[in-house]
Amino acid sequence: MKVPVSIRGLSKKFGSFEALRDINLDIAPGEFVTLLGPSGSGKTTLLQVLAGFVTPTSGSILVAGEELLTRPPHQREIGLVFQNYALFPHMNVFENVAYPLKLRRLARSEIETKVRGALDMVRLSQFIDRSVDKLSGGQKQRVALARAIVFEPRILLMDESLSALDKKLREQMQIELRHLHERLHTTTVFVTHDQREALTMSDRIAVINNGALIQFDTPRAIYERPRTRFVADFVGETTFLPVELRAGGGASVFGTPLLLPDHAGVGGASPHESWLALRPEKLAIGPVAGPEAEVNSFSAVARETIFQGDSLLVIAGFPDGQNIAVRLVPQEANRGLVPTPGQPIHINVHRNDSILVSGDV
Amino acid sequence: MLTAAASATQIRHYQRLWLYGLCALIFTFLIVPCVLIVPMSFSASNYLEFPPRAWSLRWYREFFDSAEWMDALWLSLRVAGLTTLIATPIGTAAAYGLSQMPERLTKPLRLSFLLPMIVPNILVAIGVFFVFAKLGLNNTVTGLVLVGIMLALPFVLVTVSSGLQSFDGNLERAARSLGATRLKAFLTVTVPQIKSSIAAGALFAFVAAFDEVVIALYISSGENSTLPRRMFANIRDQVDPLVAAVSSVLVVASIVLLLIVQIAKRPEKGAAR
Amino acid sequence: MIGAIAAASSGSADTSYFARAERREAWSFALLAVPGLVVIGLLLIVPVGWLFVLSFIGKDGGVSLENYARLAQPVYVITFVTTFQIAGIVTVGSILLGYPVAYLLSQLSPRAAAICMIFVILPFWTSVLVRTYAWLVLLQRRGLINSWLVGLGIINEPIPLVNNFIGTTIGMLHVLLPFMILPLYSSMKTIDTDYLKAASSCGASPMRAFWDVFFPLSRPGLFAGTVLVFILSLGFYLTPALLGGGRVSMWSMQIATNVSTYSNWGAASALGVLLLVVTIAILAALNKVFRVDKLYGGR
Repeated sequence: MKVPVSIRGLSKKFGSFEALRDINLDIAPGEFVTLLGPSGSGKTTLLQVLAGFVTPTSGSILVAGEELLTRPPHQREIGLVFQNYALFPHMNVFENVAYPLKLRRLARSEIETKVRGALDMVRLSQFIDRSVDKLSGGQKQRVALARAIVFEPRILLMDESLSALDKKLREQMQIELRHLHERLHTTTVFVTHDQREALTMSDRIAVINNGALIQFDTPRAIYERPRTRFVADFVGETTFLPVELRAGGGASVFGTPLLLPDHAGVGGASPHESWLALRPEKLAIGPVAGPEAEVNSFSAVARETIFQGDSLLVIAGFPDGQNIAVRLVPQEANRGLVPTPGQPIHINVHRNDSILVSGDV
Repeated sequence: MLTAAASATQIRHYQRLWLYGLCALIFTFLIVPCVLIVPMSFSASNYLEFPPRAWSLRWYREFFDSAEWMDALWLSLRVAGLTTLIATPIGTAAAYGLSQMPERLTKPLRLSFLLPMIVPNILVAIGVFFVFAKLGLNNTVTGLVLVGIMLALPFVLVTVSSGLQSFDGNLERAARSLGATRLKAFLTVTVPQIKSSIAAGALFAFVAAFDEVVIALYISSGENSTLPRRMFANIRDQVDPLVAAVSSVLVVASIVLLLIVQIAKRPEKGAAR
Repeated sequence: MIGAIAAASSGSADTSYFARAERREAWSFALLAVPGLVVIGLLLIVPVGWLFVLSFIGKDGGVSLENYARLAQPVYVITFVTTFQIAGIVTVGSILLGYPVAYLLSQLSPRAAAICMIFVILPFWTSVLVRTYAWLVLLQRRGLINSWLVGLGIINEPIPLVNNFIGTTIGMLHVLLPFMILPLYSSMKTIDTDYLKAASSCGASPMRAFWDVFFPLSRPGLFAGTVLVFILSLGFYLTPALLGGGRVSMWSMQIATNVSTYSNWGAASALGVLLLVVTIAILAALNKVFRVDKLYGGR
């Protein structure tokens, strides 16, 4: 089922604490949207409001043009997958998945068919009569998922659903979830604090901090064109260098004029404070400065190198004392490009990878 | 290193022999009065003696053949049964309601529910006697049941509350998101999860109502005497082995109840006693 | 982008709707507690309130403090002293007997603990009346205890163990001991043995680790048990009435006597109100200090 969801002016106050501040979010039909933010950012509150377990202070949520907030949780037709699975311990796998169908008074045979269908979809048909406490974490996760999709909800909500799994299983489940979404195309809201998970799974990511929506964009745009220092810092590794904005519209770092990408002018950044956000893997180390026209170049001194298996991290220091990390892939390292500590180097970055972000949030 | 540290804290068994010995004595102190009654009740004589010089079932016969004692037993069973049927749902509803409310609101409410445990029985007894006299409830089953409910509520509330405390509220939320109303979610998901606590609460309610004697001394008399009321009078007036027989029946009943609880408790881990 | 959507914000459900919905839900939960509160109100608050009023009414029917003034008479003072003495002895006794038992239970394997627990739970389940009766039988002049003591040559003559202070104290200690052991045990059970391991790895001897780590952590249970036993002892009626033989006059018995023997409701009420006030004051004071209510399922 494909429905559009539009969240308008949603706020929630707990006493004087503002858990959500005027959230506006338009989710396209069938879209997979991730709410990404640190713990306490308000992403779970937003999910609880969607599910109906938290009453907002003000705002509106329209699902296919109809107000959702006036409906009680049990009439919202929302499939919810909890972090700790919330499988009913007194029911086996079949009974858990059949529960929403029984509530809807479906015929016995129809329940049977649908439960089998849902369990097939999460590849658990062979466990249909298993007691839930005999399942592994990954299997429980799948039963919870099957239970949430079996009644064909209009929206699927997932609250940190994969965070209880170990890394390998989690990555496997991420891909499975993606495939499942490609088959069902249910409008999905996924909550996580794991930026990598958000980047892997989402059509679009809504970055939330302090109860406010900071940026809502595709994973690529979030990673490559973060709007604020917070987003750049939260998604991926970043070194920030202070930027002086010039009256004429240009910008400079350490007194050197900056070459900036065509798409984002200085105008995007806050006039008061802005930063140059540099990703370690977009940087290169050279004994000399790069070609003037396309590359920004900063001189620094190598401090130490850290071996990380698939890559090598070089920590270098600027004259003002700030450190910057540069990631070298092994090929580069083999080519003798690894500086020794104390060696003066140039850090080069293409102007398209020179991102200006505002320092507000 | 770690294992050495671990074993060092494990005080060796012989080092705490004194503790075992002491505890054995205390356990004896606790248990002897509960079980010694049983052999004495099989005495054939008119006095209590241990060990009895001659054995007989005389006092049991006397108990079970006496219309008065049987009436008292049935009255007590009826009162305790009705109390359990009413106090359990009332107490469970209150425990659930309180568990869903913010703590600052529930504290005074919880304390009011504990009052029957705190207020001395004798005070309640004369107060209730006074009020019941105006309402014509003295010497009625209704009056005894009302008192039973009041005394049982704290037990039900405390046991069910502790069951709810270990209950994962997300299960109920999951049920509601899947289409269950609050009531349906409570009945199909919450109740099955806390059923052993509810059962324990019900058992407490039964025992509290059945064993009540201080208030019964005032509000039940004559034909409407409860079993403990009659036992109290008998103990005070004549110490014969009849009460030992009655007591033995009650002790055996306690043991059976205890076994039922132990067995019922087993399948659900982490649930409250 | 944020600003653009914010401008389009339109609330089909306004702020007051949500506030109302939230209030309605809070009230519906409070309603669940109402039937229970009604029962307690009608059967506890009203009767005790009535006694409260009664305690301020004098012989002539007017408002007076004569019922309270009378409590200064020696007969009542003796009662108060006896009551506090017995409550104190019973409380101390139950700590001395209860702590080792709870400690042992908390150290045993779950299986062994479950078996030993029967020794605590069975008395707890058994009717107070039955247990009191058993003590009456055990302690009487020709009872088991006296015949053993004589048989062992410890005493020549049977000594009076019942119908006096000793009998009352022993009986009450037996009845109230489980109220000490159960909260103690439940608080000791939550003490992680890793703390003790940590203490011993820091160089503490087992005894030292017990006093520095285990004992402080077991204090909440100890306080809960102490308060419970003391409060229950103060208002205890049944056991002193049967084991005291009329020679031990405890507070609650004095109340009963005033009603049954003298039909003096005013005096009984004043005694009762004072007992309640003392009980609640002790409870409140100790609760402030030790947060005992945490142990009763309060969150």
